[in-house]
Amino acid sequence: MHSYLVLRVVAKLLMPFIMLFGLYVQFHGDFGPGGGFQAGVIFAAGFILYALIFGLKDAGKVLPRGILRFGIALGVLLFAGVGVYDMLVGGKYLDYSVMAQDPVHGQHLGILLVELGVGITVTSVMVMVFFTFARHRQTKGDD
Amino acid sequence: MIEHLAALQVVIPLLCAPICMLVRYRDWAWIVALFGSWACLVISWLLLQQVIVGDPISYHMGNWAPPLGIEYRVDTVNAFVLLIVSAIGAVVTPYARESVRAEFGVNRVYLFYTSYMLCLCGLLGVTITGDAFNLFVFLEISSLSSYVLIAMGKDRRALTASYQYLVLGTIGATFIVIGIGLLYAETGTLNMEDLAKRLADQPLSRTVGAAFGFLVVGISLKLALFPLHLWLPNAYTYAPSVVSAFLAATATKVAVYVLLRFLFSIFNVKLSFGVMPLDTILLVLSVIAMFAASAVAIFQPDIKRMLAYSSVAQIGYMVLGISFANVNGIAAGIIHLFNHALMKGGMFLALGCVFYQIASVRLDDMAGLGKRMPWTMAAFVVGGLSLIGVPLTVGFVSKWYLVVGALDRGWWFAALLILLSSLLAVVYIWRVVEVAYLKPAPENAGDIEDAPPSMLIPTWILIGASVFFGINTDLTVGVAKQAAMQLLGAGG
Repeated sequence: MHSYLVLRVVAKLLMPFIMLFGLYVQFHGDFGPGGGFQAGVIFAAGFILYALIFGLKDAGKVLPRGILRFGIALGVLLFAGVGVYDMLVGGKYLDYSVMAQDPVHGQHLGILLVELGVGITVTSVMVMVFFTFARHRQTKGDD
Repeated sequence: MIEHLAALQVVIPLLCAPICMLVRYRDWAWIVALFGSWACLVISWLLLQQVIVGDPISYHMGNWAPPLGIEYRVDTVNAFVLLIVSAIGAVVTPYARESVRAEFGVNRVYLFYTSYMLCLCGLLGVTITGDAFNLFVFLEISSLSSYVLIAMGKDRRALTASYQYLVLGTIGATFIVIGIGLLYAETGTLNMEDLAKRLADQPLSRTVGAAFGFLVVGISLKLALFPLHLWLPNAYTYAPSVVSAFLAATATKVAVYVLLRFLFSIFNVKLSFGVMPLDTILLVLSVIAMFAASAVAIFQPDIKRMLAYSSVAQIGYMVLGISFANVNGIAAGIIHLFNHALMKGGMFLALGCVFYQIASVRLDDMAGLGKRMPWTMAAFVVGGLSLIGVPLTVGFVSKWYLVVGALDRGWWFAALLILLSSLLAVVYIWRVVEVAYLKPAPENAGDIEDAPPSMLIPTWILIGASVFFGINTDLTVGVAKQAAMQLLGAGG
């Protein structure tokens, strides 16, 4: 693995751009094409690329399994929690209009948070799936 | 909060699932699941009370008005199914604590509760939603989590059983989504009520006919109607005891509800049973299921597998009731849906107690168990009597209304077949009774006590309920008849 200098350098160079593009897709999703799912996949692809180039051990240091597990649950909680918050402040479940002073603001805020939840869970699940399969192969010893 | 009950019914287990995952420690996860399942029971009870006396409840998700927005719609039919599912959940969760501790690796217990809550969320969601596509989404949530639950079984064959279920379940789900897609293409709406209205107004087109076919086959796969039941025996046999009990009592029942909903509420009786010859098809398949699956059950050395085949036969009874397409027949199907959930859930829980103590549910290992675990085996026998349909148990009530439904339709031979197939149940239940009570325990068998109270009490709650509702039929029969009339009325 360590001899592929070009790959390592290029991957390192690309990494910030992948993350930045992920963030763009994530937070621009309510104005244009994109959203939590797509952004989550882009983020996860970034981490998986990192794991492919630098090995599972280093990737595991960047995103430990504990954090991934936390992320999987956190995203769902955030999504469902937004709905519960809407109920508590007087709207229907997932009625974002009541989340801010005026409905338009509320809708923006609501969809932003919900999509953030989606993004977190999708990223965590995708990376977790990759790690699980990759580690499975490694423990079998035919890596 | 009372206006939000319909949403909370699904949201509470949905929130409990990630919380179970976050707390990780097994007892805390169990407490979260316990809270979730009991809260669901309370909510479904309140919902049923509201819809029995009043109009159906309609809840607009995100305050988007239907037919564009997703609507949760509770009427008598699904309020009753919600009650069944959440009641089984509420009884199974306290039982799960000991059983799961014994059958799972310590590190995976919290994952069990997470998937269990997701499964509950999915099943309740399928039942409560008034949107055809939303139904598919929840169906997938419940199916995916049940694949995980089944794969958690200790036996390595649980993995292949789960994989087999995954393949067949996915085919079923694909058929359902194709059906819904075709309906959407034809009518331009996904809201069930709106769908029903638009379908009633137009002549039968080929698209609608194809949608009907895809939906019926897809749902039949999910509810394990003969000959699409092949995934079920393995899945129930190798799943952990709690999972077998929970899924046997809820998953197929919800699928039966979906079939009812599509046949009567979305399509109408005229289309389902007049234009399409579905009554004959369902009649033939359900009768074969009643006989073939019961006959196979007789020869099973593994009692869990025996109960699984018996489930296929019992699903036959429910579908038979539906095929009569009259009030008594549909009511019988709905009553049996409730009753079978009680007795089969109770019997699987009793088997879980047996497995907890002797780590096997094979017939040979159960010799003399009647004396060694009296309470557990007594529960199993009472459940078995109910399965046969002995008077004073719920099984009798279901069969009574099935026979009445058959006679109303003028199918006296069907009534005869119902009685004949009950005799097969006598045979397979008797095998267990004979071995457990009449054979002496093997010499080398160690001293064992009965299962702990935390497992026996839930078992007996279900078995007790199956006797209670056999004597006091007001709730079940009253609600089921009201539901049946609503289904037939809505269809035309």
